[in-house]
Amino acid sequence: MRVVLAEDLFLLRDGLVRMLEAYDFEVVAAVESGPELTKALAESEPDVAVVDVRLPPSHTDEGLQCALAARRARPGLPVLVLSQHVEQLYARELLADGNGGIGYLLKDRVFDADQFIDAVRRVAAGGTAMDPQVIQQLLSRRATEAPLGGLTPREMEVLELMAQGRSNAAIAGQLIVTERAIAKHTSNIFLKLGLPVSDDDNRRVLAVIAYLDQGR
Amino acid sequence: MDASGADGGRARRALVAGARGLVLAVVGFAGSLTLFVLSVLSIVFIVLGVGVLTTPAVLSLVRSWANRRRVLAAEWYGIRVPALYRPFPADARTGLVGQAERCRLMLGDPATWRDLLWLLADMTAGFVTALLPAAVIFYPLEGYALAAGLWRIFTDGTHVGWWYGFVPVGGQGSAFLAAGLATALLVAGYFTAPFLLRAHFQLTRAVLTPDEGELAARVEVLTQTRRDAVDTSAAELRRIERDLHDGAQARLVAMGMDLGTIEALVEKNPQKAKELLAQARRSSADALTELRDLVRGIHPPVLAERGLGDAVKALALRLPVTTDVDVDLPGRTDAPVESAAYFAVSEVLTNAVKHSGADRVWVDVHHTGATGMLRIAVTDNGKGGASIGAGSGLSGIERRLGTFDGVLAVSSPAGGPTMVTMEIPCALS
Repeated sequence: MRVVLAEDLFLLRDGLVRMLEAYDFEVVAAVESGPELTKALAESEPDVAVVDVRLPPSHTDEGLQCALAARRARPGLPVLVLSQHVEQLYARELLADGNGGIGYLLKDRVFDADQFIDAVRRVAAGGTAMDPQVIQQLLSRRATEAPLGGLTPREMEVLELMAQGRSNAAIAGQLIVTERAIAKHTSNIFLKLGLPVSDDDNRRVLAVIAYLDQGR
Repeated sequence: MDASGADGGRARRALVAGARGLVLAVVGFAGSLTLFVLSVLSIVFIVLGVGVLTTPAVLSLVRSWANRRRVLAAEWYGIRVPALYRPFPADARTGLVGQAERCRLMLGDPATWRDLLWLLADMTAGFVTALLPAAVIFYPLEGYALAAGLWRIFTDGTHVGWWYGFVPVGGQGSAFLAAGLATALLVAGYFTAPFLLRAHFQLTRAVLTPDEGELAARVEVLTQTRRDAVDTSAAELRRIERDLHDGAQARLVAMGMDLGTIEALVEKNPQKAKELLAQARRSSADALTELRDLVRGIHPPVLAERGLGDAVKALALRLPVTTDVDVDLPGRTDAPVESAAYFAVSEVLTNAVKHSGADRVWVDVHHTGATGMLRIAVTDNGKGGASIGAGSGLSGIERRLGTFDGVLAVSSPAGGPTMVTMEIPCALS
């Protein structure tokens, strides 16, 4: 799988390249600034881009802007955005076009190589990978406003993982239960939230986030 | 609602001035009269001792009343009325002694006496200058009503039953004369109403601005705000140092120790080594979280990346209360102003969430190009009762905004709603 990587800190860039190559990704370009990223995305047609939010020369949200621009030019281009901090504001902007293939994670998540690589693969396949921190903020905010349709604690757990972009199999693995149990939970959740059931992983997340957005 | 806007048209401006004048006349007169009486009583009662307790509170009310008028003057007509109150020392004592101290400081401040003089002026000349534009706009309505038939209520046509201005209304003919006078008044009002209301605020400025020693007062304010700024940043540095020392630094040391132990254990007891490795990873994650929180406290990332508008929006998204943010900023301000404004909003919002019991908050951030003023209003639908006073977070914000010549006005009647308005003069780039 071909990856374009943009990260301005040499140590991190180097580490990410090594990690991605260790998991059989082909890093076609590892760049350190916004203009270079835009160029690399246009020229090398990668399967997935891993991008730091803050990039030179402006040292503002240049990486995010480049990624959004590239997705406008090529809708659905899978982009995994890494950041030193995660903000709902940015998460919303990334999810706004509804095309999927979006990830937004704290840089800390690279500590757990397996999970990080799993997120890259998921994004490359058109799914989503949202940082647990974003989802937790959304859920806790929602919970203080109105109870989430009387979800049980277990269903809340499942909803949280679902909103991060995990598949039923992955959730089952994490919670150490059978996939059938998770399927039952998810259909209960959809029922209680009044959401139409869908097989599409990506639409599932968007539906959850759209629901959480209600009442704003 | 910018009265000087070219798009509004003269008629609309005149009408707006009339309406504003009416409100100002009624509310201003009642408020200033009440506050003046309260202040005089309170100051007289100092002799009896009771006044020591009430005077600071009453005078604070007077100040926010005057600040409110300052905000209106700047907003409606771009008239800057300087607020040159002597700040309280940061280490002000609390309790009875502190109260007496505050009382003494406030009475020693020439600005306090200017405020009281202004209350007098506001309920007399101020009342007239506010009522006049309202009168020239709304009194003509009566003239037309008379001509349209209202005169019949006052007279049967044989005697003078009513005076409209200097026109004795005694029948349909004189009622038409009244309508003529009304038209003359309306024409006059059409051209003069905005200027008359402007005169009201010029009067406010004239009375509230010290005519002598202005520079001395200004220097005093600057000295104090500079001291506040230096104190605040020194305290901030101490906090950062302490947080780093007790937090991230300690965790990194612990991590190093764990790694050392792991080195020793890795062959002897791989199981234990694995546990320690997991612990070391957790420590590093915690250290990162702490550093991230610390950075957010120094300079929030979104503020650095996107500026004040989006930073406030991001802040609102994290609040547990539904918050509507309306931003109209065509550019970015200087980083220090941006940062001060952000933390002020952040603190006001925290207050609102913690104390007001509100379930909805509105934040409005905009910059008026004409007056070069960043204006932020935070309104909540909570129970009200917030005040600027010793120990309240709001006076801290007021001090910090003071560094940038910013003003803070709080309107928070018991029962709510609370509206906190902040204004900072600054340019956008």
